[in-house]
Amino acid sequence: MFTQRRNLIFLFFGIVGALFIGKLFFLQVIDDTYEKAADNNAIRKIIQIPFRGEVYDRFGKLIVYNTPVYDLYMIPRKAVVKDTNHFCRVFRVTKEYFIKTTQRARAYSRVKPSLFLKHLSKEDFASVQDAMVDFPGFFFETNAFRTYQSHSFSNALGYVAEISPAALTDQKDDYYRQGDYVGISGIESFYEETLRGQRGVKYRMVNSNGVEKGDYKNGSLNINPVSGNNLYTSIDLAIQEYADSLMQHKVGSIVAIEPSTGEILAMVSAPSYDASQLTGNNFSKYYQQLALDPMKPLLNRPPSAYYRPGSTFKLVQALVGQQLGFIGPGTVFSHAGAPVKCHGHGPVDLRGAIRVSCNPYFYHAFRKMIYDNTTGDTYERSAKGLQRWADLVANFGFGRKLGVDLGNEKKGILPNTEYYNSVYKGEKMWKFSNIYSISIGEGEIVVSPLKMANLAAIIANRGWYIPPHVVKGVGLQKSIDPFYKTPVKVGVDAKYFNVVIDGMEDAVTHGTVEADGRIPDIKMVGKTGTSQNQKGKDHSIFIAFAPRDNPKIAIAVFVENAGFGGSAAAPIASLVVEKYLKRKVDRKAVETKFMNMNYLPNVYSVTRKKAAPDSTKK
Amino acid sequence: MTDSNHIQGRIDWITVGFYVLFVGMGWLNIYSAVYSPDAPLAFSDPAFYESNAGKQLVWIGTSFVLIICILVIDFRFFESFALFIYLGLLLLLIAVPFLGVTINGSHSWFKFGSVTIQPAEFAKTATALLLAKYLNDPLVNLSKFPFQWKAALIIVIPMLLIIGSNETGSALVFASFLILLYREGLPGVYPALFIGGIALFVSSLLVPAWIILLVLVILAGLLVLFMPIYMQRDPKTYLRLSGAIGLIMTLALLVDWVVNNVLKEHQRNRIRVLIDPGFDPRGLGYQVTQSKIAIGSGGFWGKGFLGGTQTKFDFVPEQSTDMVFCTIGEEHGFVGVMLMIIFFLGFLWRLMYLADLQRSRFARAYGFGLVGILFFHFLVNIGMTIGLMPIMGIPLPFFSYGGSSLWSFTILLFIFLKLDSHRSDMLSR
Repeated sequence: MFTQRRNLIFLFFGIVGALFIGKLFFLQVIDDTYEKAADNNAIRKIIQIPFRGEVYDRFGKLIVYNTPVYDLYMIPRKAVVKDTNHFCRVFRVTKEYFIKTTQRARAYSRVKPSLFLKHLSKEDFASVQDAMVDFPGFFFETNAFRTYQSHSFSNALGYVAEISPAALTDQKDDYYRQGDYVGISGIESFYEETLRGQRGVKYRMVNSNGVEKGDYKNGSLNINPVSGNNLYTSIDLAIQEYADSLMQHKVGSIVAIEPSTGEILAMVSAPSYDASQLTGNNFSKYYQQLALDPMKPLLNRPPSAYYRPGSTFKLVQALVGQQLGFIGPGTVFSHAGAPVKCHGHGPVDLRGAIRVSCNPYFYHAFRKMIYDNTTGDTYERSAKGLQRWADLVANFGFGRKLGVDLGNEKKGILPNTEYYNSVYKGEKMWKFSNIYSISIGEGEIVVSPLKMANLAAIIANRGWYIPPHVVKGVGLQKSIDPFYKTPVKVGVDAKYFNVVIDGMEDAVTHGTVEADGRIPDIKMVGKTGTSQNQKGKDHSIFIAFAPRDNPKIAIAVFVENAGFGGSAAAPIASLVVEKYLKRKVDRKAVETKFMNMNYLPNVYSVTRKKAAPDSTKK
Repeated sequence: MTDSNHIQGRIDWITVGFYVLFVGMGWLNIYSAVYSPDAPLAFSDPAFYESNAGKQLVWIGTSFVLIICILVIDFRFFESFALFIYLGLLLLLIAVPFLGVTINGSHSWFKFGSVTIQPAEFAKTATALLLAKYLNDPLVNLSKFPFQWKAALIIVIPMLLIIGSNETGSALVFASFLILLYREGLPGVYPALFIGGIALFVSSLLVPAWIILLVLVILAGLLVLFMPIYMQRDPKTYLRLSGAIGLIMTLALLVDWVVNNVLKEHQRNRIRVLIDPGFDPRGLGYQVTQSKIAIGSGGFWGKGFLGGTQTKFDFVPEQSTDMVFCTIGEEHGFVGVMLMIIFFLGFLWRLMYLADLQRSRFARAYGFGLVGILFFHFLVNIGMTIGLMPIMGIPLPFFSYGGSSLWSFTILLFIFLKLDSHRSDMLSR
């Protein structure tokens, strides 16, 4: 009886079974949203930020290191604060801050930790330790911020700050996340990838209450953080600090280079700022103040500021003129026919022209270089001649980046044919008479202090330089990019340098350099420059190297609105050179005079006129 | 008469094999569900026996004692004492509201020292026994209403008592006796009405009433089209059809009313979660959502034994008891759950095959009662973990953690195996 019903019943069972298997196939094999949901549920990715690399000077003195700080986190679900007033007193926060932050943390997640208070110092951390038992749900995580041994190197070092929204979206490899710290300028920016190290990732399993339950897949996916590499700079911290002290009450730059290696010994940008203020909780307040300062303390002037080189450029003219075969040590030009004036002396040869910085001499020399080609009218000849000249001058690093290992290096301007074609809106619209200003380093040519220090190094080396750089070694191996080891020839034969160096020596001993710029026991050779600018008093420029034989230091000093090059820049340069070569300065009177010299009133009168950016440009 | 020495030779080892397989697999999954990767417990650690896995090991051990007991009791005992067992269970069910304790919101447990027992779990066995005994009377004919009525009474009394102690899920299990009754001659219209009623209930929740009406009218039209011409010409046919449609529509509209006015809040929400999976995923829908995440994340091959993250870290509530299927789904993947379902259906097939071999109607009916109960648990338990059934506190037989559940299923199964081992000794009366 009814035996066939067994089959019907089983058919029903089978249908249910098939339905289940179908649904399970859909859930488990076809639809992958559950897999992702599961990972979101149970796996927490924890980023571990490694210590950023430290920075040392050339003698191994620490310049920048990391100070551990403590960030306070809260887990809202576990956080029970019985006495809010007590809490606020212990952590020195306002009640409003407490309420606001707690609410934000709750809105983010009740079970995941939220940052409550950033950057507690070791001392603060120690002082709240005893009270922590009263505040369950609060815990500390270590973090670090940059600490600066010296305030004198801030501009070249750069600083570290939270990544900007723009940089966050522009990044190529998606490394940074919101709130990550990144090097903003200087070597912090240039060596960002070296300094930052390798971020670690930990995958932790968490249960439904957000409590960690061990490593996911036994930690096989975890990546340990790797500390950033240290940077060993070529900076001589003693010289750096000394040069910095000389630049107080002044606006400008000092760049000192070791000519044989291209290593930058000191790089001062004035006015500067206190880098340690740009760490931690003060950042936004202090940064605002700096960014709005008309003196532009955040600008790293040596590689980034624009000036006309003035008379210091005559050295390039002397070298290029000889190399092109238009002048020689015996070439003499009279003052006649030159629209530029001289300072009252008779006709001079090349050596003498450099000594007294004779404007007409270099006007005539430049005219010869430009016009000495046979075809075409004066317009065509100017175009041809200028291009030949500019191609050679470009070898000195003008109008292009030298490749210094700092963020924000500016190219400067080396006017060539193409440049004037665009300025005068077409070919054959200009000739020598339109451009002669550049013969004496005025007009359209624009340089940075770094380029001029490099020029001093080129002359010291008699025809070559190694690209200037701040970092001479990276990491344990102290490795360095071969770019910073390879000499670059400028295409001017060594023999042409003799007369130039002779002229520079004369300029210091009995030329344009005033007595304060002479070091009795060191044979320093140099050239003054006085850079015209429309906004105020001339900028005072001096480039030099010393000693004359076997040079150890090449230097460029720019002091804005300080007037004649021989009276301000040259004495300051001589003090730095003396300090570097003798490790002490005997000319105390000169030292005191220039440390206290204040050129700021001249600068204020410029900034008060609210003239546009830096200098130059017609 | 025979002696118990032959039991060994006659017991159905295939069924026993399934039983051992299920209990063993179940234990491994419970172990995995409570396994904590940051603090794994050794078997030698006393704390292990505080965990669900350790306690289940104890339950499994005691189950073997129960099996021995059942196998040594005279097979006639179960038929002879069916009524006493049934009445005894009714007494316990009546007593539980007064003497019981509350566990997980259900006031249906007796506590003896550290052991808790839920009489509702054992009431199924007692009901199956009494129902089988009643049907053993050759005069009982289930196609006749008076017998239907009495059989229904045997089922409904414990059912109502269990509903009284707030165990709706356990009470619904008694609906599975329809399979027993159907096999024993209950007209097919009853299970058909039952299934049709459920279909109507579900569809009235899922689709608007006018669609149901439309479908019914189309069905009626097709029916008229294919019926003999004399019926087509009979105006009474149309009257009856309209009456049937009207009745069904009234019932469909009644469903909404029942859902909104008769069901309790939590029951209503469980149904709502079923038809709207996105409903309150953090609250009421949490269990279904997390259960689906756990199973769904298992993929084709699963995450491997002890490799699950969802069940292990308490994302799925009750993961070692009612939700143990999630652990299988997460750690053993589609392959694991498919094999589990196929094995379970094979197990049910084997039991039905054995039941049909019985010479006594008592043993056969009991066998189908057993099959029905196991199937109902299978249907509801797996159905709720994958979102096809509302959440009810119903364990997966042999797999789920729990003493009462394991004991009751063991007793239920082994009484049948005991009867089966004596099938040649029993005469159908």
